[in-house]
Amino acid sequence: MKVRLVDIAHARSGDKGDTANVGLIALRPAWYDVIARQVTRERVAEHFRGMIEGGVERFELPNLNALNFLLHGALDGGGTLSLKTDAQGKVYSTALLRMTIDVPDTEAKRLELPVAK
Amino acid sequence: MLDYLAEVTMSILQKQKERDPALGYARDFIGAIESVLPAVVDKGVKVVANAGGVNPRSCAAAVKTVAEKAGAKGKLRIGVVTGDDLLDRLDALLAQGHQLANMDTGEPLSTVREKVLSANAYIGSVPIVEALGQNANVVITGRSTDTALTMAPLRHEFGWSENAWDQLAAGIVAGHIIECGAQCSGGNCLYDWRSIPDLANVGYPLVEASPDGSFVVTKHPRTGGRVSVPTVTEQLVYEMGDPHSYITPDVIADFTTIKLTADGENRVRVYGVKGRPPTDKLKVSIAYEAGFKAVGTLVYAWPDALDKATLADKVLRERLDRLGLRFDRILTEFVGANATHGHLAGDQHDAPEVQLRFGVRGSDRRAVERFTREIAPLVLNGPPSVTGFAGGRPKVEEIVAYWPALIDKSVVKTTVEIIQ
Repeated sequence: MKVRLVDIAHARSGDKGDTANVGLIALRPAWYDVIARQVTRERVAEHFRGMIEGGVERFELPNLNALNFLLHGALDGGGTLSLKTDAQGKVYSTALLRMTIDVPDTEAKRLELPVAK
Repeated sequence: MLDYLAEVTMSILQKQKERDPALGYARDFIGAIESVLPAVVDKGVKVVANAGGVNPRSCAAAVKTVAEKAGAKGKLRIGVVTGDDLLDRLDALLAQGHQLANMDTGEPLSTVREKVLSANAYIGSVPIVEALGQNANVVITGRSTDTALTMAPLRHEFGWSENAWDQLAAGIVAGHIIECGAQCSGGNCLYDWRSIPDLANVGYPLVEASPDGSFVVTKHPRTGGRVSVPTVTEQLVYEMGDPHSYITPDVIADFTTIKLTADGENRVRVYGVKGRPPTDKLKVSIAYEAGFKAVGTLVYAWPDALDKATLADKVLRERLDRLGLRFDRILTEFVGANATHGHLAGDQHDAPEVQLRFGVRGSDRRAVERFTREIAPLVLNGPPSVTGFAGGRPKVEEIVAYWPALIDKSVVKTTVEIIQ
């Protein structure tokens, strides 16, 4: 079944030069594994296609029930060079939360995942 | 601990110093120290701040002056840390073969050398610990790292040795958690944000540290905000790179080893942090002049707000083209439709209003200046239902850009002086 990341995770993002980072954190520890399995580097790159110029890196932090994504070339040059409203990448976090993932029904039921409306 | 220096702050302070050699530090700090002076003098509270900017000695002199005015003459021992400022040594360093290549682009510094405004190495905890060891009760540094400001007092207090990697790394993690103030105690927190109480009186974070490196993040009673595992986790991932290697001058901290547990109301215990030896490089923060920019905005109202703003963008681009103006970069955003989430926001053709936000950047100041005069005519000459021009012509901004580089640690020598 379809599950929206915004219903199962929270996030914060920031910048380093022209790279935005998004830390994606499971709302419940039990939901980390399904997020880690589904929210791959490739899926995130596809999600942000057309919005970022460089590649995507992905790191796992099971200790914090979190993933960290680096979105390269996301900030129109970054810092003071950028002409973007979001020059510091502050709201790439919620842009990632727009993603929907597909979870097998039995697993979704077992984990009590909220179903996308 | 007070952190004053964002990435391009040093260049702003450098400009102030050029105008007045007694300036070039964070002047807000003088007011801050005045307000906490009784705690420093009577209660033995120590203050560590990187407020010195590009002129730590003048900052110390100003602190001394306000302390004397407040009747605390002779009661402050001010430790001044210098040696981070590389601006005057830049040509010598380049001649010695230090490329100071841009860490992001790989370009050598020689491509922008004549536009450099400031150059400072990020220095670590060692000179701050030294100043505290000489009984300084106020320590003022230039470009020390944000995290060293927190780690150094812990290292001083607990006597952590230079190879106590796990403890040093824990000190860095503590610094990372509190370096953005209330951003770990309820500010900018997405998790359950509606329920976070009293942000108007938000509590700034405190760290209760232990000699083994574990610590508790909390805040004062009767303050707003919240300290919880989610609020601290959000701050931990903020501006995170490779979590295995949070590189600082003193230690490399591994953020994948951090453990958090709730420890009562508004208390989070942090433990288990692992560290390893640092590299033989320091990061250098270089600021350089990078041309000019201006951003103009107009607001278009329903119906068809987005279509009207889109046509206005087309008209404006054609005008700039006809005027023969060339820019390195033009960016159009439609605020209310796509400015923050791009195409992910979906169809916004029925939006009640859309703000056209049009920015240009280039090396030719006159071209940017000429652009700023093209916004107002659109109100009368462009698509209908337009408003929001009360702010007047857009302002031309000088761009001071950030050039991150690395340098061998061995060429940066810090010095500690005590001013009584």
